Amino acid sequence: MDLEYGPEYDVFRKQVRAFIEAHSHLAPPSSDRAARPSSKAVEWQKLLIEHGYTARTIPQAYGGYGAEPDILQSRIIAEEFARARVPGGLSNQGISMFVPTLLELGTEEQKRRWIEPTLKGDVVWCQGYSEPGAGSDLANLKTSAHIENDEFVVNGQKIWTSTAKQADMIFCLVRTEPHAPKHGGISYLIFSMDTPGIEVRPLKTMTGHAEFNEVFFTDVRVPMHQIVGQRGQGWFVANATLGHERGMLGDPDALENRLQALIALMQEERLGQGRAIDNPVLRDRLVALQAEVAAMKYNGMRILSNSLRGEPGGMAKLIVKLQSCELAHQISALAIDAMGELGILYHHSPREREGGAWQWNYMFQLGLIIGGGTAQIQKNIIAERGLEMPREPKLAKISDAAKATADMPRHKQGSA
Amino acid sequence: MDFGLSQDQRMLRDAVARCLADTCPLDQVRECAERDNPLSDNVLRAVQDLGIPGMLVPEEHGGLGMTLLDAAIVAEQLAYAVAPVPFLASHVLTPIALSEAGSEEQKAHWLPKIASGEARIGVAISETIEVRDGAGVSSAAGKLNGTALFALDFEGADAFIVADSGGRLHLVGAKASGLKAIALTTIDRTRSVGELRFDGAEAEPLADDGGATVARLRAAGRVILAADSLGAGQAMIEKAVDYAGQREQFGRLIGSFQAVKHMCAEMAARHEPCRSLVWYAAHAFDAVPTEASLVACHAKSHTGEVHRFVARTSTEVHGGMGFTDLIGLHYWFKRIEFDRQVLGGPETVRAEAAALQGWIKAA
Repeated sequence: MDLEYGPEYDVFRKQVRAFIEAHSHLAPPSSDRAARPSSKAVEWQKLLIEHGYTARTIPQAYGGYGAEPDILQSRIIAEEFARARVPGGLSNQGISMFVPTLLELGTEEQKRRWIEPTLKGDVVWCQGYSEPGAGSDLANLKTSAHIENDEFVVNGQKIWTSTAKQADMIFCLVRTEPHAPKHGGISYLIFSMDTPGIEVRPLKTMTGHAEFNEVFFTDVRVPMHQIVGQRGQGWFVANATLGHERGMLGDPDALENRLQALIALMQEERLGQGRAIDNPVLRDRLVALQAEVAAMKYNGMRILSNSLRGEPGGMAKLIVKLQSCELAHQISALAIDAMGELGILYHHSPREREGGAWQWNYMFQLGLIIGGGTAQIQKNIIAERGLEMPREPKLAKISDAAKATADMPRHKQGSA
Repeated sequence: MDFGLSQDQRMLRDAVARCLADTCPLDQVRECAERDNPLSDNVLRAVQDLGIPGMLVPEEHGGLGMTLLDAAIVAEQLAYAVAPVPFLASHVLTPIALSEAGSEEQKAHWLPKIASGEARIGVAISETIEVRDGAGVSSAAGKLNGTALFALDFEGADAFIVADSGGRLHLVGAKASGLKAIALTTIDRTRSVGELRFDGAEAEPLADDGGATVARLRAAGRVILAADSLGAGQAMIEKAVDYAGQREQFGRLIGSFQAVKHMCAEMAARHEPCRSLVWYAAHAFDAVPTEASLVACHAKSHTGEVHRFVARTSTEVHGGMGFTDLIGLHYWFKRIEFDRQVLGGPETVRAEAAALQGWIKAA
């Protein structure tokens, strides 16, 4: 057990700290989560790239900083920005999911064309994966793209598309080979959200906000070269990015920050003659969550060490999405309970705390438990990949019958 | 930076695991559990051959001078095998207490004998955590009076280290006059505890350090119990997964049903981060003294909660068989419950964690 990063890393950490101290006044507020980044956020992003604090390992030719990958340096950067509560650059699906995909599987031309403007916030992306009939069973997606005059013609519907309204571009899974087996008939297309035939409808959620959208495609024409990977390989391409998304949802620094905010809340919030934290039952729950956050923090360090040694993350990594999302939700739940009746205030009510942020989190985090692979899908993965338990036998008859009914109208349309 | 076990520690883990797989099969555990003295001489000898009693004894006193993380690795394996041998008090807490608060004479007298397995000392500090049934020990003029409950590694102890109500530790011979030692029988037959009744029993005090050593013992004890819980939980998860991969109902392996699969996944998902927490807590005891007590509380309380869930869920995955004595799953179930309660149940330990952070106003 050696938790020292070593002297060269201590020097690096000091540099990061010094940078944050000197420049944090230029940072946009953490609450600035607008999909279309503000000019302040864009300037901050550019400054961070210039100093290598974001897009660190992305080659300079594509607008990154071009450092050699170094897990500890990346970790130190994340730790220090989290500690200082200064945004560590833009975080959106274009940067976290599309750019890594292109780096891995894009053509040279695609990398040069898209990565830099994406990193710099000039091009905003949205993700077209889920469909009304393809959630957990994503490979069941039906949005089709047939070829006509050397163009893909896309028809269908996507759902859970965050930032679709603001996005310039979409990376989108479509079925290009209707007769191939379900995983083999999918392609990964990229196209402009200004293309005629796209309609975006906001999807209002239980939070009262429209964090997501539905996107409808009617004869949307996409040039044939706007594909990542080969035709029919989209499932493979998409899986490269799903890994990135799951990693993103399990950030131990984020949990630690939420916990610290909860501790502060419980120390400030008055309850009778004392504070919320003076209530022994609430305090007991707080300490229990603190222990769980600690466990996830050290679990994260173990995963980090495994990757430094070149070992697979194993079970420690498989459980991160399930546990972190649940824990984040529990932290918000306790915050609301600690506020008691005040905990139900929302929609800018008088006496509302922190702009309703806890209530929003409490609800939105339930969305995160469901999204990006539901808790139940995560459990299947943990059981089947981690514990090597027997797979669910295919209920062939039932699912075939269900398909025959469900597919009939669309199938006709697609083959016409 | 390397968060995890060193090569040596992995070898230690594997050596202990192999040794226990050979010497401590379930039949051995079962046979011992039926006896009045449930400890196994065979397993104890094998453990002594590995040098385990001397792990935490400093080298100058004939021990190996190893760390609490090393001891936690051993604890995990002992629990995995539900080994009926003394460990927590005799091989972990006693060497720490004597090394940190013993006189030179006490160290020279006891530590080499502990390392060689010639002598064993039990530890009774429960009343510094929580007083039950009005227990408590007072000391005056070198004599102890009162009652200490839950003396650990009770059976076969040559002496006991006992905390008085002021948190000072005393060493008292098991056969001292004025000491009546009464065995307590717990659900867990793989470890022994007892009650010590003092009526003017003569005792040697350890250093008067304002309760510092007893706080160290609480922290070390909690880490080792957490590690024990981890090992027992690991065994119960593996057994559930194995069983679900063999048992068929409705013409299918029950492990292919999501209801069962998800029970196993939930156990694994909650159990796995405990491993890192326990490792860190042990490491903090060795190397990060400012965090040691708090993170020991976290490890103890959190593993207590998680493994109660694991113990119950694994039993349910085994269906009716889990409830029987036939497959012996209950030995691990009981080990986990012992680990949860001893040295403070989760609520007690969390209250202490809150106090350590200044979250409880002084009464």
